[in-house]
Formats: sequence, C-alpha cells, structure tokens
Amino acid sequence: MEKMMLLGDEAVAQGALDAGISGFYGYPGTPSTEIIEYAQQSKQAEEMKVHRVWSSNEKTALEAALGMSFSGKRAMVTMKHVGLNVAADPFMNSACTGAHGGLIIAVADDPSMHSSQNEQDSRFYGKFAMIPVLEPSNQQECYDMAFFGFELSEKYHIPVLLRLTTRLAHSRSGVIRRNSIPQKELKLPEDLYQFLLLPAIARKRYKHLIELQADFLKEAEQSPYNQLTLEAKDYSMGIITTGLAYNYLRENFIDQPIPYPVLKISHYPLPEKAIHQLYDKCDSLLVLEEGMPVAEDILKGLAWTGTKPIYGRLDGTIERDGELNPNKVARALGLPDTEGKPVPAVVRPRPPALCIGCPHSDSFLALNEALKDYGKGHVFSDIGCYTLGFMPPYNAINSCVDMGASITMAKGAADAGLYPSIGVIGDSTFFHSGLTGLMDCVYENANVVIVILDNSTTAMTGGQEYTGYGKIEDVCKGIGVNPDHIRIFKPLKTNWDEMVRIYQEEIAYNGVSVVIPRRECIQTLRKKNKMETPE
Amino acid sequence: MKKDIILAGVGGQGILTIATVLGAAALNRGWNLKQAEVHGMSQRGGDVQSHLRLSDQIIFSDLIPYGKADMILSVEPMEALRHLPYLAPDGWIISNSTPFKNIPDYPDEEQLYAEIKKIPNNVLIDADSIAKAVKAPRSMNIVMLGAAIKYLEFTPEELKEAIKMIFNRKGERIVEENLRALDAGINA
Repeated sequence: MEKMMLLGDEAVAQGALDAGISGFYGYPGTPSTEIIEYAQQSKQAEEMKVHRVWSSNEKTALEAALGMSFSGKRAMVTMKHVGLNVAADPFMNSACTGAHGGLIIAVADDPSMHSSQNEQDSRFYGKFAMIPVLEPSNQQECYDMAFFGFELSEKYHIPVLLRLTTRLAHSRSGVIRRNSIPQKELKLPEDLYQFLLLPAIARKRYKHLIELQADFLKEAEQSPYNQLTLEAKDYSMGIITTGLAYNYLRENFIDQPIPYPVLKISHYPLPEKAIHQLYDKCDSLLVLEEGMPVAEDILKGLAWTGTKPIYGRLDGTIERDGELNPNKVARALGLPDTEGKPVPAVVRPRPPALCIGCPHSDSFLALNEALKDYGKGHVFSDIGCYTLGFMPPYNAINSCVDMGASITMAKGAADAGLYPSIGVIGDSTFFHSGLTGLMDCVYENANVVIVILDNSTTAMTGGQEYTGYGKIEDVCKGIGVNPDHIRIFKPLKTNWDEMVRIYQEEIAYNGVSVVIPRRECIQTLRKKNKMETPE
Repeated sequence: MKKDIILAGVGGQGILTIATVLGAAALNRGWNLKQAEVHGMSQRGGDVQSHLRLSDQIIFSDLIPYGKADMILSVEPMEALRHLPYLAPDGWIISNSTPFKNIPDYPDEEQLYAEIKKIPNNVLIDADSIAKAVKAPRSMNIVMLGAAIKYLEFTPEELKEAIKMIFNRKGERIVEENLRALDAGINA
C-alpha cells in the first residue's frame, strides 16, 4: 500500500478515515489541531461526507461525537489535554453510557508546555473513567490505532482514549496505509436506555463498567501494542516504556541490542502479568514515561511492599517535569551523556510576540492609556494570541488561567470591590466559554468592562473558523447587555483618541460594558490575499 | 548513513519548506525520515526549530540527541547559535548572515558572526542578498539549502528533482525561482 509522510496528528486522521469514520468533532488546541485540519482538507473525507466542522468547545464536541456513536456510526473527538477538562463531564459519563458506534477520544498532551498552561497527563483521565487507553509510540501506530481503537470500542461498547503527546503529534514520518473500510450504517443501540443515566440505570451501567475491567485487562495483556522482551544479557534492571519513551530508549542502543529486558506499553490498563514477569526476573525496574509518572505511580502504590527498587520520575532518576528526550533517558540508563557547545552569552531570548500590525497591539496600547490613572493589576485575560499582551511593550494583562476565566475572574474581582475590573477575551474564546460568564455578569449587573477582541478567527492555533462568527453584539444584546454599552471600534493608531475615549467612558459606567475592538487577524488576512491574487 | 539536521529560524521564515524539500530528496533515495516541527505559540515571531532526521536505517527518536547533530542549518544568525548544544564536534553550522530583528535587545551582528566562525566547520552567507540578486527574493530559505547540500552529501540534481516535485503545483515561475535560488546557494 501507499506510503504517506504524515504528522502523528495527520496519521490519526488518515487512520480514522480509512477505518470508516463518519464524524470528527473538536475544538482547535495545540498540539491536536492538525487532526481535524487534515480531515477538512481531505478529498476522501469530502467524498465520504465525513463531518469535520469545528464545534464551539470540547464539551459540545464530545457530546456530538457521543450522539453519533449512539446512532451506530464511528466518531472521533479531538482536543488538547486541557480541553479534556472542559469536556470532563461528558467524558466521565460516557464511560458509563458506553458507546455504540466506535468512539475514540483523541487527546494530545503537551509535556514541557510548549503551547499550554499545564502539562497534565490524560492517562489519569483514562484511569479515572476506567476506560482503555491507547498511547502510540510512532506515526504508524497513530494510524493503526484508529482501526484498533474503533474495533476495541465496538467490541466492548466503550469509548477509547487515544493519548498523543507533542513530539508525536507534530513529528512527521512515513505511514503505510491499509485498505479502507466502509462507513457504518445508521443503527440504534439494542438497548434504547443505554445512554440514559438516571440513577437506577446509571448504577447498573457503572456495575457493568466495573465488570468490564477484567476484559480490558485481558485485552491489554494480549495486545499487539504491549510487547515484553524478556530475553536479555543483563537482568540487573528491567525497563518499562510507555508510548513515545520507547523510541528514546532505542535511540540509546542504535547499533546494538538493548542489554536489558524491556516491556513496551502502548495499551492500558497496565498489563499486569507482563509487569510481574519482568519484576520477578530483574533486580530493579526503570520506568520511562512521556509526561507524568502514571505507570510508575501505579507500580509503587501506597501499599508498595516490593523490595526491589523502581526508578523513574518519582525518585528523581528522571526530571519530574518536562518532556523526555534521548539524553534524559541516557542519563537514567547510566550511559554517557552527550552535549555540544553551550549557547554563547550573546544569544538573547526571542519569545513569541504579537505580529507586527496585529490588531490586539493597538487594542492593548489604548487600554493601557485608559487605565494609566488607576495603576496596574486590573486586567484579567484569557487563552489566545492576546495572552502575548503580557509581553513588553504592552505588559497589559494580569491573568491567564483557562478558557473563559477572564470574564468570570473580572466579575469576582469586581464583586470584591476592584475597580476598574476588566476582562479581555478573544472572539473564538468568548463563544467557547465566555458566554455563560457574561450571563453571570449581566444577572448581577457587575461593574465590569469586558473587551472582546474580535479578529474574526481562532488565531493562535492557525486561523480556524468558529461557531459564533459575526454574532458577538447580537448575542451580547440577547443575553441582556445594555445596547448603549456595547461599543465597537476599529483598533488602528489613527483611531487612538476614539479607542481611549470609549474605554474610559465604559470604565466610568457602573454596570456591564462590552467593548469590541474589531479588525481581522493580519495572518488570516494575508492568507486570504494570497489566495485571491494568483502568483 | 544518517544525517541529523537542526533547522533553525524565526516563525514564518520558511524552515519547514527546507525540511519538505530535503525530505523529498531523501525519500526519493528510499531513505527514512522523521521531522519534528514546532506549531502553536512559538510560531508567533518566536524562535523555531525543526529536527530533521534522514537515514537509510530505521529511525527511532523524533528528537536529535544533544551533541549529535550533523548540521545546524539556520536562516538567521542568532538562531544558528541558539542550538549549538545539539551540534556534534565535527558538525557543520551553516547560517544566513541577515539578522531578523524583532526584539529590542538584538545583539551586535559582528559578535554573532564571530561566534559562528568559532565553529571549525562554518558557512556564513548573506542569503537574503543572494536571493534578491537572482530575482528570487522569497527563496532565501532555498539559497540556504543550496549552501548546505554538499556537506549533506546530496547532489544538486537530487535537490532540483525535489524542488520540482514540491513547487510544481505553484506554477512554473515559482519552480524556476527556487531552482535559481538553489543554484545561487550552491555557488555561494
């Protein structure tokens, strides 16, 4: 079959398409965005009429995917790790409802926080929900696990969590395709109350989920993705790798066989038998994991009575935080470390910054001007390009916590008596999680100024569409913001006086104000212009 | 045989295009490839790098180990230096001399050039000017690729083939521009 060069994300999408998926759902988030972007550009997806439109947020996306699964078709929902917090409610409950058509929840974690506010490990969620977790170690497994995941999901009528990490999601390599299989027919679940979690039914469903645990364990123990190699030269140490970590181990023994026995794990729950076999044979264990010490923690446990040492992130053999790399693994193995010359002192940091000509830049400078008599510490912000308003020369924001928190934190601070209290949020983020917070503000007529930076796109992740496009002021009016205090301006240097004046007037108003600086993202504008003027 | 290359620059300078062209040339040889990219926040004017690994053997790690890269190929002089910890003792540093100044404390260029020249195997060329001189101002990145290929043991023909493959759908003019840029880089 044809070999394609694909990012890990793209391999997941192509695998799902070849495995007869009917719908992708998701909200953009690094490093998961390219799964749906790939499907959106795919001719095959178009011919198959696969759903691949962005949802308002991860929660609505997961629920829609669950609805498609109810209808007997294969669905995938995609998000970044913190997106799973947003979708946690349907996620946890979907473990109880189970699936009908195959359902894969693809979550991309970001250890080292390349583009995120934490490095939480989604495998904890998998264990929490008591569902199978697949963690590919390379691009080919990303592809193959789409097939495998749907089959596993349908065999046990259970959602399957597919966990990716940045270095796999955003690394390209060759993938060999299989023959594609047709989509499933529309078909209702045999038990029409399967998805109805009234307490009486939910208790039965939960018992059923508990019963399934033995099956999930058996599947993991027989899984082609968990491989125990007991044959080895040196039994002073046995090595357990999860997901991507296997590659860094192999990298350290590129010209020779690994001297230690190795258990490569890519399918959870942890394959207990294989772990016991490894433990019995070796004097110690080394656990290599990309992300948090999930497996290591389970192995050690609170009631750990084993006498052999287990090395990993918990005892400091490997740094507790940050992603793995070949050198960290070399040090953990006691192999010589390698390093080139140090970075010369003359090299300065070059952090990301708002683009030259970015509308947010004008919006922030005018806001700073309007606030200059009040001192620092009045601006709550959110997740998006405008978080870069933190950087000089703006130094314009004081918080970045989670999607939507700008509005609600501004409200809480105003409740506490902070004045002025400003929330700054992007247009796409507003429709993701800002609406309900604004309703809280309106309900109590909180004295806040909510700035909705409208650049007409989901910019930070590369310019995706969003569901509320063109509806900001109508929605604000509809939920009860006084139309006299919904103010719009075009953020440009030439409009400086108007921008500052509008901010000042709305700061002076005692109640909910919405200020909408509106100018298109220069990146998406540039892309559009390129498309319109042929080279 | 393997070639481990750190591609460096600033978001938007076109390092992924270098990776795509070089990757295509490697694939045409039947080699394997792994290419770790940077997406997301850093693309907004921050420093970006890509780990490009080419080999006739199976490749495991998506990341190049520190001290093992055969080459740092950078489209910006300060960014070339940022990744020195990855460079092998006998590795090459190939850099554009034109700075990209989007920070207030950008250092003196001469200091950067002096540091680059401290690496025994160095090539420092003004790829922006070279690209303009051959009327391919948008192909500075391909000039840099041209300057690098002999140290990567790829032939001009292999790269020309790859350029034709990659840029074909953008039209003949773009293909020609990039071929001129490649030649200019090779002869630089």
